[in-house]
Amino acid sequence: MSPVRKTSSRGSARRGSNSAELLPERELRRIIDRVLHLAESTGADETEVHVDEVDDSLTRFANNAIHQNVAERGLTVSVRTVVDGRTARATTNRIDEDSLRGAIDASLSLAHSQPKNPQLLPMPGKQRYRSVNRFAKDTAALSPEDRARAVRRACDLAVKRGQVAAGIFASGSSQTAMGNSRGLFAAYRETHAEFSITMQESPAASWAKANAANVREFDPQRLAERASDKAHLATNARELPPGPYTVILEPSAVLDIVGFLFYDFAATALADKRSCLNDRMGKKIFDENISVVDDVYHPQQLGAPFDGEGMPRERVLLVDRGVPKNLVYSRASAKAAKEKATGHGFALPNEYGEAPMNLVFGGGEASLDEMIASTDRGLLVTRLWYIREVDPYEKIMTGMTRDGLFLVQKGKVTSAVRNFRFNQSLLEMLRNVEMLGPAVRATGEEAFEMVVPAMKVREFHFSEVTKF
Amino acid sequence: MWDLSAHALDTARLRGAKYADVRVMHLRQRDLTTKNGQVGTLAQSESIGLGIRVLARGGWGFASTDRLTREGVSACAAQAVSIAKASAIAKRKEVVMAKEEAYVDSWQSPFRKDPFEIPLETQLDLLLAADAEMRRVKGVTLTETDLQFRKIDSWFSSSIGSRIHQGKVISGCGIGATSFQGEEIQKRSYPNSFGGQHALQGYELVESLELIKNAPRVAEEAVALHAAAQCPQKTGTLILGGSQLGLQIHESVGHPIELDRVLGEEANFAGTSFLTLDKLNTLRYGSDIVNVVADARLEHGPGLGSFAYDDEGVPAQCTDIIKNGEFRGYLSNRETAHLVGLQRSSGTMRTESWNRLPIIRMTNISLLPGTWKSDDLIADTDDAILMETNRSWSIDDRRYQFQFSTEIGWEIKGGKKGRMLKNPSYSGITTEFWNSCDAICGADEWVLWGTPNCGKGQPMQTMGTGHGASPSRFRNIHIGAAFSKS
Repeated sequence: MSPVRKTSSRGSARRGSNSAELLPERELRRIIDRVLHLAESTGADETEVHVDEVDDSLTRFANNAIHQNVAERGLTVSVRTVVDGRTARATTNRIDEDSLRGAIDASLSLAHSQPKNPQLLPMPGKQRYRSVNRFAKDTAALSPEDRARAVRRACDLAVKRGQVAAGIFASGSSQTAMGNSRGLFAAYRETHAEFSITMQESPAASWAKANAANVREFDPQRLAERASDKAHLATNARELPPGPYTVILEPSAVLDIVGFLFYDFAATALADKRSCLNDRMGKKIFDENISVVDDVYHPQQLGAPFDGEGMPRERVLLVDRGVPKNLVYSRASAKAAKEKATGHGFALPNEYGEAPMNLVFGGGEASLDEMIASTDRGLLVTRLWYIREVDPYEKIMTGMTRDGLFLVQKGKVTSAVRNFRFNQSLLEMLRNVEMLGPAVRATGEEAFEMVVPAMKVREFHFSEVTKF
Repeated sequence: MWDLSAHALDTARLRGAKYADVRVMHLRQRDLTTKNGQVGTLAQSESIGLGIRVLARGGWGFASTDRLTREGVSACAAQAVSIAKASAIAKRKEVVMAKEEAYVDSWQSPFRKDPFEIPLETQLDLLLAADAEMRRVKGVTLTETDLQFRKIDSWFSSSIGSRIHQGKVISGCGIGATSFQGEEIQKRSYPNSFGGQHALQGYELVESLELIKNAPRVAEEAVALHAAAQCPQKTGTLILGGSQLGLQIHESVGHPIELDRVLGEEANFAGTSFLTLDKLNTLRYGSDIVNVVADARLEHGPGLGSFAYDDEGVPAQCTDIIKNGEFRGYLSNRETAHLVGLQRSSGTMRTESWNRLPIIRMTNISLLPGTWKSDDLIADTDDAILMETNRSWSIDDRRYQFQFSTEIGWEIKGGKKGRMLKNPSYSGITTEFWNSCDAICGADEWVLWGTPNCGKGQPMQTMGTGHGASPSRFRNIHIGAAFSKS
């Protein structure tokens, strides 16, 4: 499908003004080599360099008109040095030789100031990476006019239906490269596009959002129509008493709440005893129908095939049929646990270690309509909002429903419902999953993008109701 | 810097901009953390660049660049104009900006000790000593400390002739102890959770907070919470400590008064506000003793929302938000001021960095002190729960219904502070909550708390805000809902 009408003006704003294509990979390698060369004469035992470049644009609209429209271009160079078992990082966005020397000196000065760290590992040497292709030229070249026209069509739809539209249409490209004095070099680039829309039919509202590496993978106008239809359905909301309800969570609602589990699978979180999986690994704590992998190579995922230390990312089975099986490891946490690094480490130095960032849940066969049809009494939830952790071990999360909550009775959506606050243990929720939809790439606002299914969950606990 | 800014403004004007403003910003940051007696993060960063906002053909455009050459700046300004003209494709009305004077000024936030000049060894020694003090306590399973320092220089210029340089020094620090025991994780933090206290001050802030002295208490309380009674679920009297009340102000007053939210400009992301325009000067927001101001002036204190001019070139001001319980004012900018009958912006446009657009932001949103003393307040209270130090916060997208939980609670019985309570939480509806306030402690206990991590806008911007508060009492509050199933 074609999300935006391409015209002869496509990309003209980029080529004709400040915005330019990302630097070629060889230029990033040249900056890295330059820093490594400069660091050789400083007394650093080892040096690591990250170069990150972004070229992003975002068109924002509200009240059926564009009110903010921005573009950003920038490049940063981040230097980590090691001297006598001590390490530190300094970052600059200037690439003249004095600034690069300044970053090396700052890193060394910080490193010298601390006690020796006996656990600090030597930097890794050269690695091999699987290639991934997540760069779409059309997406990188999307112009302000392209985005504005798509926004105009969505706003016109709102006006035609007596509604008010607000949202964003963003697009851009980014790249990262890293190298170190032991010969490691890694580079990755991607494009990204995102469309999010809220349609308001006062006092109701609904929402739809998509993002992808390639803007052709979603259609802004279809998203606008979906949000518009649901906003109309969401009017005349009735108030129901709080309590336990069967809920049908659309994929974005699932994403935003289960996203809070990701750091619990970090080996460092378990070592620090702040994970809800402490004393629970290998035990069946979720339903049989819950399996989760971390997989940066999944076709619906984005991200680099290497981590902050330059280690290749591996696919890791985190949950197998309800049982948490494996954790992810940085090099340091792997050594401490006598395991193998999985390529999930953050750039050093840091105190958090690692995390899985590309979660993929196993899905099922049930469509949303089938979930609704199978429900005698329950609630259909479009999305969840302002989710925060109330209890870190029982993983009780609180938050609100938002932008479309609907009562399901005898297999049909019968009315809109006022928004609820929930206080719900995630562990319990994933024990109460009755049906799963196909896993899809979902996007929300509380967690990073994942591949998750819609879920029908029994006894989801709503504690209070708000006024709309 | 001024030459580059002038060149950007000239380019924008020649390309057709009716209005333009430029910010060159140089940001420096240092982060130090420890965990379990080891150095965690040790990092320093700097970033310098230019952002230009223009109004052309009635549409807004913004572009930013790190290429600080005449060519780079010129291209950036041209791009901003091009984007503004694209915005006009989906335009519904003309932009009206409130009148503002042109200012030429230079301002530096006051500080006594430059944190970037304090030896790193001294800073790390402090953190490691506090970390060691916490680890002495049996039962503590995780200790964390942090220091963060920032220096921000900005050079603002606009097509109405303003040229303003501002320099800020910001410091922050905190410590935390966590204890995992049985099937429970408990944590205590000092002086506040989620990074501690932050202010527009130098290293003197860190020295004043006595991290090492407070470390043993923090650790002991984290362990003691395991044996404490569960906070009951009931409707009753609540006393909030100052830092928790600061966050309550942030969420249930600060955000709903942002005029961009009220006008629907944040509807897709942060949400809207229950404070529709008809509520101004008609809504009873709180009880008679509730007085809230938005005060960006330095005389309010060294808050994260203190400055001399906002990022639209408007001088810092003090605005009544709630006066004797009545709702009196919003946070506005030059574009929205006229919509609430103001002749002038209230000066709340702020940007995170050179590569972000200024948006309406909280400054220092503070509950003015009352007349009580904490000891008298407790002695005057027959049955209540005192809650301190935030653990979680959540509020709906129109800022009506909220729920907060705190790290620790204390039972108040017969005018005395009694046993410790774990897992405290409370919830309510914003205006009902503020109307239930019947006692506010005085200036001696009033602290201008810093919230360094307020997220808003797309692309997301993180901003520091200030919230002055002293311990206060609230009646008929719903307590304990967060754990209502357990």
